[in-house]
Amino acid sequence: MNALAARRRHPAAIALLLMLALVVTGGLYAAFAPKPAAAAAVTADQVEQGKALFQSNCASCHGLNAEGNETEVGDLKAFGPSLVGSGAAAVHFQMETGRMPLASAGVQAPRVNKVKFEETEIEAIAAYVASLGPGPARPDEEWLDWEGQGDAGRGGTIYRSNCAMCHSSAAVGGALTRGKYAPTLAGVEEVHIYEAMLTGPQNMPVFNDMNLTPEDKRDVIAYVKQMQETGNPGGLGLGGYGPASEGMFAWIFGLGIMIGAAVWLGQKGA
Amino acid sequence: MSETTVSRPADGLRAGDVPVERRPSGAAKRVGGVAGWVDDRTGSAKGVNYLLRKVFPDHWSFMLGEVAMYSMIICLLTGAFLTFWFVPSMGQIEYQGSYIPMQGVIMSEAYASTLNISFDIKGGLLIRQIHHWAALMFIVSVSVHMMRVFFTGAFRKPRELNWVIGTVLALLAIVEGFAGYSLPDDLLSGTGLRAMQGFILTVPVIGSYIAYALFGADFPGELIIPRLYSAHVLLIPAILIALFTAHIILVAVQKHTQFPGPGRTNDNVVGYRVMPVYAAKAGGFFFIVFGLTALISAFVQINAVWVHGPYDPSAVTAGAQPDWYMWFSDGALRLLPGWIEFTLFGFTFSPNIALGSIVLLPLVYTVLGAYPFVERWITGDTREHHLLDRPRNAPVRTALGVAAISIYTVLALACVNDIIAIKMGLAINDLTIFFRIALFVLPVIMFWVTKRICLSLQRQDRDKVLHGRETGTIVRTPEGKFYERHEDLDEHTRWELVDFESHAPVQISPTVDANGVARKGAGKDRLRAALSHFYFKDRVEPVTPAELAAAHHDGHGHEEIEAGSSEHARIESGQH
Repeated sequence: MNALAARRRHPAAIALLLMLALVVTGGLYAAFAPKPAAAAAVTADQVEQGKALFQSNCASCHGLNAEGNETEVGDLKAFGPSLVGSGAAAVHFQMETGRMPLASAGVQAPRVNKVKFEETEIEAIAAYVASLGPGPARPDEEWLDWEGQGDAGRGGTIYRSNCAMCHSSAAVGGALTRGKYAPTLAGVEEVHIYEAMLTGPQNMPVFNDMNLTPEDKRDVIAYVKQMQETGNPGGLGLGGYGPASEGMFAWIFGLGIMIGAAVWLGQKGA
Repeated sequence: MSETTVSRPADGLRAGDVPVERRPSGAAKRVGGVAGWVDDRTGSAKGVNYLLRKVFPDHWSFMLGEVAMYSMIICLLTGAFLTFWFVPSMGQIEYQGSYIPMQGVIMSEAYASTLNISFDIKGGLLIRQIHHWAALMFIVSVSVHMMRVFFTGAFRKPRELNWVIGTVLALLAIVEGFAGYSLPDDLLSGTGLRAMQGFILTVPVIGSYIAYALFGADFPGELIIPRLYSAHVLLIPAILIALFTAHIILVAVQKHTQFPGPGRTNDNVVGYRVMPVYAAKAGGFFFIVFGLTALISAFVQINAVWVHGPYDPSAVTAGAQPDWYMWFSDGALRLLPGWIEFTLFGFTFSPNIALGSIVLLPLVYTVLGAYPFVERWITGDTREHHLLDRPRNAPVRTALGVAAISIYTVLALACVNDIIAIKMGLAINDLTIFFRIALFVLPVIMFWVTKRICLSLQRQDRDKVLHGRETGTIVRTPEGKFYERHEDLDEHTRWELVDFESHAPVQISPTVDANGVARKGAGKDRLRAALSHFYFKDRVEPVTPAELAAAHHDGHGHEEIEAGSSEHARIESGQH
C-alpha cells in the first residue's frame, strides 16, 4: 500500500488510470450492452445463395452490394436504402408480408398477401443481408409465445401509449400525412408484429429492445391478438372506425328505415 | 274520417227518423264509471275531451318529429337501466371482470363499470347499444325534423316561438349527447373531453378560469365525470323534457300545419282525430321505432369502449372522432389554419380553435333560431300561416337551406378526413385543401342549382296545370296534322299545384319625404328592399283561374306540336 502511495505521482500513473477506466467502461458496456441476437446457424452456402437471389431481385433498387441506390429520372426519384445493418428481421418482415420486392412505386409499400418467394429463399436473402453488418435478428420463439406467457392487460397499456396514435386503438390502422398510412393489424402474424416493432419499417419508428423489451413486445402481441379474438361482441363491427362509421350508419340505414316505416304508416288510412 | 261533414240531399229523407238509442256495453259503462270518478275529483274530462278530439293531418314527414320524441323516450327508459350499474367515479381500481385484454389494468370506476355493463350484466350490452343508437337517432331525427319544418315554412307565424324552442332543444340534445358520450371515461371520450377543455381555454381572458371551475383542477382532475353525470341524468334531461312539453303543447294549441290540398284552408285542419285513429297510429309508431332501434342495436355494435381502453392523458388513438353531431365543430378545427394564433399583451389568443368551437357552436344555433324573424322582416308578412309551402314554391328559402346544409356537411366530412383518406386512398393534405375550397364554393353552387331546380319545378307545375299531362300519344288527324294528346289534371291534383302564393319584391320607398328631408329609417328600408329583391326577384306565379280558362279555351285539352303562339309563350314563362 505504501509503495503504491509513494508512486501515486509517477508520470505513468495518470495514463495507467486512464487505461483502467477505459477497460472498466468497455468491459461493463460489453457485459450490459444489448447484443444483436445471434443469428440462427447460417451456412456459407446460404449466404452465397442469398447473395445471388439478392443481386437478381433486389439489386436494381438497393444496389449490387446492398449499399443503397438513388436514381433520378426527371421528376421521378427512386430510392432504395442501404441494407447494411438492416438485419435478418427486416428482410424477413418485408419479404414475408409481400411488401418487398416492391410491386410499384407509391407513397409506401403495401402489404401483399401473395408472397413472391419461398421460405428458404427468404431465409437465404436474410442470411446474406445479416452477413453485411450486425442488425436485428429474427426473434426467438420464446418472445412469440403470447398465449403462454403474454400479459394482454400490460400489453394494452403499452399499445395505447405507443401504437394506438397511428394504428388506432382498435388496431384497424389510420391515416398519416400525404397519403401514407399505418396499416391494419388484422391478420398479421405475431412474428411480423414483433419484427415490425424491432425494425421500424417505412414510416414506423423503431422500438428496439431498450425502448420496449422483448417481454413488452410479447405483451403487445398478446393484447392485439386477444382483442382480435374477442371480435365484436356487440354485433357488426362497422370496420372498427368508431363514431365515423356509426354516424354514417345512423344517417343512411337508421334514418332510412325510420323514414321507410313513416311512409308505410302514413299510407295506412283509417 | 274527415272533420268536415257535408250535408247531402238524401239527408232530407231521414228528417223524421228517431235515432236508435244505443245502450253502452258493460265494458264501456265500467270505463265510463272510472272516467266519471276521475272527472269528479280532477275535472279532467274537458281537457281529455279536447285532446282526444284533436285532429292531426297525415303526412309521413310529420312523423319525423315523432321519431325524435320516441327516440328520446327510449333513451330515458334505457338510461334509467344503465344508472343501476354505472358508477360515476374517477376513483382508480384494478379491473378483474371477464374481458380478458383489460384484466389487471388500473382504470377509473366509471370505465370499469361500463365494461361490467357490457360484459357481466345480463342484457347490459344490448341496453347500452340501444341507449347509444337511440341517442344518435334522436339527434338525426331532430335534425331532419328541423329540415322538414324549415323547408315547408312551418316556422312562420304563429310558430316562430316553437321554432326557437326547437332550436334550443336541438342544441341541448347535442350537449346531452356529448355529456353521455364522455361518461365511460374511455380513451376516445377522454380525448373528446380534452378537446372540450381546449375549447373553453380559448375564451379570451376568462377561459382558464372557466376550465378550472368546471374541472376543479388541471385536466382531467377527478370531478368532471361526476359533474357530467349529474348534468347528463338530471339537469339536461329535466330541461329537455320541460322544453319538449312546451313544444308539444304549442303544437296542440296552435294546431298542426298541413300541406295545401282540396278542402284544406288556413282555417281548418283536415286529418284524423286523436281517438281512435291517430292515437293508434302514433302509439303503434312508438313500438315500430323502439323495435327498429332494438333491432339495429342487437345486430350492430356501437361505441366499443372496451377497444379504446381507459383514458390516459398521455395516449391518443388514430381515427379519433366524436359522435356525428359534433363533427361539424371538430371538422372546422381541422380546416382552420394554425398560423392565425397570436399573442397580445402576454396573452395567447387562439382563433384557430375558438372560431371552430366557442364561436361556431353558438353561431349555428343563433342563426337557426333567428331565421323566422329575419324572413318575416324581409317579407313583411304578418299573417298567420297554417298551410305549408311546398319547398319548390319558396325557391330562395329552399336554396338557402340547401346551401347551409352543404356548409354543415363539408365541415362534418372534414372531421372524418382521416377515415376518408385511408378508405379512398387519398392524401389527408389534399382532402384538407379540397374541403377548405368546398366550404366557400359549394354553398354558392348549391344555392344556385337548388334555386334553378325549384324554379324549373314550378314552371313544370304551371305547364301541367295549363296544358295537362303529356300522354306521349301522338294523334294524326284526317287532314294529316299531328298533335300530342294532353290529359287534363283532375281537380284534386290541380289544386295542390296552384294553391300557393308568390311574394312580390318590396319596392324601395323614397329616401326623402315629401319635403325633401332625409327620411328616418331609409337605410333599413333599402336593406330590406335589397333582401326582398334577392328573395323574390325570380318567381313563378301560380296559375290563376283566368289563365286556366284561357288555356282550355285555346288548347281544347290538347297541345298542338307546333303551337307556340305568342299568348302561350307569355303564360308559360310566368310573370317576371
